[in-house]
Amino acid sequence: MHPALSVIFFTTLSGAGYGLLALLGAGIALGWWPKTFASVAAPALLGMSLAGIGLLASMAHLGQPRRAWRAFSQWRSSWLSREGVCAVLSYLPALTVLYCSWRLDPKDDWPLAARIAAALLLLAAIATVYCTARIYSSLRTIPAWNNAWVAPVYLVLAGFSGGLWLWLLASWQHRHDALYWNLIGLPPWLLMGVVLSAMLAAALKLMYWRRLDQAAPLATSASATGLGRFGSVSSFEKPHTEQNYINREMGFVVARKHAQKLRAVAMLAGLALPLAAIGASVLWTGLSLTFALLALLGGSAGIFVERWLFFAEARHVVNLYYGSTQV
Amino acid sequence: MTLLPTTTTKKLGLVIDLDTCVGCHACAVACKEWNEGGQFGPLPDEDAYGAEPLGVWFNRIHSFEVQPPGVPADSRGNGPLQQLLKTGFAEQAPAMTVHFPRSCLHCEKPDCVTVCPTGASYKRAEDGIVLVDEDKCIGCKLCSWACPYGAREYSEQRGVMQKCTLCVDRIYNESFAESDRQPACVMACPTRARHFGDLGDADSAVSRLVAEREGYALMPELGYAPVNRYLPPRPRRNGCGETARANSEESLDPAQLPPLLRWMDKLLSR
Repeated sequence: MHPALSVIFFTTLSGAGYGLLALLGAGIALGWWPKTFASVAAPALLGMSLAGIGLLASMAHLGQPRRAWRAFSQWRSSWLSREGVCAVLSYLPALTVLYCSWRLDPKDDWPLAARIAAALLLLAAIATVYCTARIYSSLRTIPAWNNAWVAPVYLVLAGFSGGLWLWLLASWQHRHDALYWNLIGLPPWLLMGVVLSAMLAAALKLMYWRRLDQAAPLATSASATGLGRFGSVSSFEKPHTEQNYINREMGFVVARKHAQKLRAVAMLAGLALPLAAIGASVLWTGLSLTFALLALLGGSAGIFVERWLFFAEARHVVNLYYGSTQV
Repeated sequence: MTLLPTTTTKKLGLVIDLDTCVGCHACAVACKEWNEGGQFGPLPDEDAYGAEPLGVWFNRIHSFEVQPPGVPADSRGNGPLQQLLKTGFAEQAPAMTVHFPRSCLHCEKPDCVTVCPTGASYKRAEDGIVLVDEDKCIGCKLCSWACPYGAREYSEQRGVMQKCTLCVDRIYNESFAESDRQPACVMACPTRARHFGDLGDADSAVSRLVAEREGYALMPELGYAPVNRYLPPRPRRNGCGETARANSEESLDPAQLPPLLRWMDKLLSR
């Protein structure tokens, strides 16, 4: 499949944004989040901005962006429509949480309203990322997407990349603090969460690629033409000498040639480098901000490559009419 | 509304005869003219008359080579016939070329409709035709990803998805004579390889044709339940295949020749 930049930025940036909002929601709902306005406002606004930029990037993929509002209407059948509805609805609990934190006296506990809004924010953010993944994993025409690994990978990577953004924010806020954990930036529960999500993402991704490489073909040129009963079927002459929309959109080959190298880049930059940076920051707390920035840059680049590959490696069944013998 | 109708009153569709299709692309051209050219005006495609034209065609005519399997298992042995076959004479039966028009199959369970976020794609409850409302389409292209048959093409010029309408503006058009109320591709086909009708009615001409010729659906294993049917090629006569082979692989046994010709053959073979 053609890896459109608009769709890669949409899934990665909105993934990071909703991941960040989900972490904020979880922290407040559990009562573990610091009760200063700045420590809520910074991740809330950043999360909403990242999600918003991602959604705007997805608009660049549309032929008629001015009609985008129509996409909220078909949530009963379409995962893309559901994604749009969830994405916008998530802003309600996010703004509620932001408002509560503004009114909150740091000596008080989190009020029940704020904790309920935070729990709703967590659920809405998870639902949004799940819907994003389902846009792709519900397509039966693309075996690389139509499997059970896609949604968990999207969810875990969203949480992980949100965690990297949060680490950068926190280590900036606490750069002059005296407390050991504050110096690192993230409290232990969040730091462990980021580490575990990186390891889980690596495991899920390796199993996803294993499936991709070993899956039995979905269909063959024999079944696509129905001519298999007469012998082996191969394309003899194509309908057109120039590329058409189908070839441009669904006949992307380059990625599969270099898939192994790009997979390694995604794993090393996206997951291993941030893990190393977290380890280093525990040892050299004074450099936390640098390590957090390094982890975010490496992680974002790695996830970008991962998402590029997710699109570019996938083969569409329509290629059976254009020379492929099995997909 | 992108929810699918549970049943449709009719199942209008095409039956395409792969035996008689000669791959002339007349159907594709007639379709393009009816849907784009209007009164033979210029095509609205990108670089339409240049080196790299790019535009929407609802029909695409492929050609496939079908290579029958090699020597059947029962001919592998040491008898005289098997010896003859092993001389390279009948290694493989000749390959068959099959021209294969591809267009929307107006599926009963089209994912292209259910994935649409705007309601621009829909399947009509009255006749089962799958259509795009181009005034509602936002051009997200997801429906084209959901179609296994490549039936939908995106128009860069219009910013919307387009597809075969089964000439819905012809088949119900009362200003046409009854006999002309058929899709443009069907009207244009010079070998009558395309047939239009109600495949939900077991007594219709197209349904009887499908039953008689063992028409089949494409990629039924994917579960989209296409309405269109393809009629398989009839068995090819092998006569000219034998002649062609004899011509290309003719051999000469000089011992069989009369003495004069044998002497000439020997002389000229030096």
